Amino acid sequence: MSYFRTVLLVAAKDLRTELRSREQIVTLLFFALLVLVVFNFAFDFTIIDFVSLGGGILWVAFIFSGVLALGRSFQIEREQDRIQGILMAPVDRSAFYLGKVCATFLFMAAVEAVLVPVTVILFNFPFGPRVGAALLVLVLNTLGFAAVGTLFAAITTQTRRGELLLPLLLFPAAVPLALSAVRSTSHILAGRPFDRYSSWIALSGAYDLIFLTTAILLFDYVLDE
Amino acid sequence: MTGPAVAIRDLEKLYGPVPALDRLNLDIVPGEFILLAGPNGAGKSTLLKTLALLVRPNAGSIHLFGEDARRGDRTGLRRRIGLLSHQTFLYDHLTGSENLVFFGRLYGLEDPQGTAREAIRAIGLEGRGDDEVRTYSRGMQQRLAIARAFLHRPDLLLLDEPFTGLDADGSDRLEAHLRAVRDGGRTCVLATHDLPAALRLARRVVVLAAGGILADRPAAALPAAELEALVRAAARPGRGAPHPGMGAARPDAGPGARP
Repeated sequence: MSYFRTVLLVAAKDLRTELRSREQIVTLLFFALLVLVVFNFAFDFTIIDFVSLGGGILWVAFIFSGVLALGRSFQIEREQDRIQGILMAPVDRSAFYLGKVCATFLFMAAVEAVLVPVTVILFNFPFGPRVGAALLVLVLNTLGFAAVGTLFAAITTQTRRGELLLPLLLFPAAVPLALSAVRSTSHILAGRPFDRYSSWIALSGAYDLIFLTTAILLFDYVLDE
Repeated sequence: MTGPAVAIRDLEKLYGPVPALDRLNLDIVPGEFILLAGPNGAGKSTLLKTLALLVRPNAGSIHLFGEDARRGDRTGLRRRIGLLSHQTFLYDHLTGSENLVFFGRLYGLEDPQGTAREAIRAIGLEGRGDDEVRTYSRGMQQRLAIARAFLHRPDLLLLDEPFTGLDADGSDRLEAHLRAVRDGGRTCVLATHDLPAALRLARRVVVLAAGGILADRPAAALPAAELEALVRAAARPGRGAPHPGMGAARPDAGPGARP
């Protein structure tokens, strides 16, 4: 079976499972919405400018809901030792990794697709003409988070307290990405020109490339007993 | 093929300080059907998982079909191995057919849908193939797990307690299927506590105790009662102690037995 067909097969399996169970997407969505609502009540946005906090608020919601998605993604494989069924198959294990990255990316993107319009309504802040730049930032940073998160979720899934270990490993590694995401989102919300935050976007792109490449090269060893 | 299908040399696997496999040596010729017997903790499941390339041994070597399992083409070897474990490996929210098609595609089968349909029919689950696996009973899930393990027609079948959860019809079907596997010349290693059923199928019996081989004999030379006594004796501390039916105070010196 070709490499990319394996990637699609694994991603499609995860999406089909999720569409039937709706375990992840409902949890993710409610958690992320709750974060937005809490921030909306915590700050008085008639005094505080949303531009100064908006990037942070959005990415707190995205990242924390993403951790939930990652944990569940590998919990499914751990139950019934399903991961062993995958490991026994004559396929490149990095294709399994990329399939998982694709599925996590799509789950997070679905949450973001709901959350961004809700933010516009809740905080009364239209993105207006900056939609293209906002999309680029969302895609690059969500992909990076899914890439690094899937790698660490695979590592921690082999351990006894994997669900506790995952955020401990993931958050320090995701700091550059979180910084880049928050700063570039803040610049977009403030309506600043692209060259003011292009270096942050380049950082996200480089991060994605480094982690995806490293994970593809290392994943065979990550899943080894 | 001229060499053995499986050649194990001085295989050692430790879980912490405890040896699950203790300098084990075993040869299995192509087409051989082996019953792996032994008490709980004897190392049967670890041996099967090591042969399935899921567990990396601490020492020793395994050659599968003449290829070094550690350094050789592991992807190619995986294609030739089928494992039925204690767990089913099945996805609850996929249907029975979808599960088999998924694994069929992973193994690169030419017609995964057709193969899955045929497998569903062979295990007696026609009419339930389009239901989600979470709606299946334990026995039905076990049948499907068996179909998954056989799906790509592996050259080496590793079966760990395959009769678990099966009703009489399921056991009969599995036994008939395993008989066909044996007569078709495929290599099979079957670990089970259902010794009478396994003895009807196996041509050779290997009894494990504390990670080593306690006895290695032709199945025809080992009545069920004697085998059960052997396994019971192996479960007691100080394996190899005298027991009724064995008449000796030391392990068998069969082809794979340790000195």
